[in-house]
Amino acid sequence: MEERYIRNLGALTEEECAALRGKRVFVAGCGGLGGYLIEMLLRIGVGSIRAADGDAFEASNLNRQLLSAPTLLGEKKAAAAAERAAAVNPEVRFEAVEEFVTEENARSLVRGCDAVLDALDNIPSRRILAQACADEGIPLVHGAICGWVAQAAVFMPGDGLLDTIYPEGVNLGSKASLSFTPPFCAAMQTALCVRLLTGRPVETGKLYYADLLTMDFESVR
Amino acid sequence: MIEVRLFATLRDGRGKVLQMDPAVISTAGDILQKLEIPAETVAILLINGFHSKPENPVQDGDVVSLFPPVGGG
Repeated sequence: MEERYIRNLGALTEEECAALRGKRVFVAGCGGLGGYLIEMLLRIGVGSIRAADGDAFEASNLNRQLLSAPTLLGEKKAAAAAERAAAVNPEVRFEAVEEFVTEENARSLVRGCDAVLDALDNIPSRRILAQACADEGIPLVHGAICGWVAQAAVFMPGDGLLDTIYPEGVNLGSKASLSFTPPFCAAMQTALCVRLLTGRPVETGKLYYADLLTMDFESVR
Repeated sequence: MIEVRLFATLRDGRGKVLQMDPAVISTAGDILQKLEIPAETVAILLINGFHSKPENPVQDGDVVSLFPPVGGG
């Protein structure tokens, strides 16, 4: 057991740590959620991470996006993710893709992965990602944020649950996001992902919903 | 009475839990109308914990929960 993973033990078994080293995940988006997801997956020791984002940093990202910095404005988010990966855990095989998730590339981005993490910021892209996961038979760990609120869930291939939480015609309102909402959401997603990857029980199709303003925590089936 | 539980931004100006008279409400959509909540601002609508739609009927004793869409990343 490498020393850098010693503090995983007790919460994870040595076998589970070894299992994580053999897993591959795809992170869709390197913004608010994606930056924290990548950080947590790198540090816990998931062996192979692919992350995609076609966007570049702008000043409005600085209030919450871990990978952003004033010196990186205008730089690609995926490139910043690759630099962070090399700095934090060079043992992880990290592939950065400087593209948005589209109908054309979605299946090839998720192919061969054990789990996919949703760090996207709009519903049409989420529907494309969910369809690609359904087509490739890969579980999708959903996460989304708005203001003080974070939600996370595990969707199994083809269960159609994304359409239940985003019914046709629903309109995302505010783009507000605070510094603590993305890491909270990413923590829920990473915990769900680690449970999936280590073969621990996971309740699929259950939406975990947290309002950090009122500290109300709900789970919706 | 019908208990209506609102979440996140839907509470603004309305409160957290409301009791509504079943005599003037027949569907979940009637609740949205009475509370002046546009349908497109509700992502999840539960009647007694089950995913439902505005056209679904509600009756005395039901609990209706409304969640706004959360979609940022």
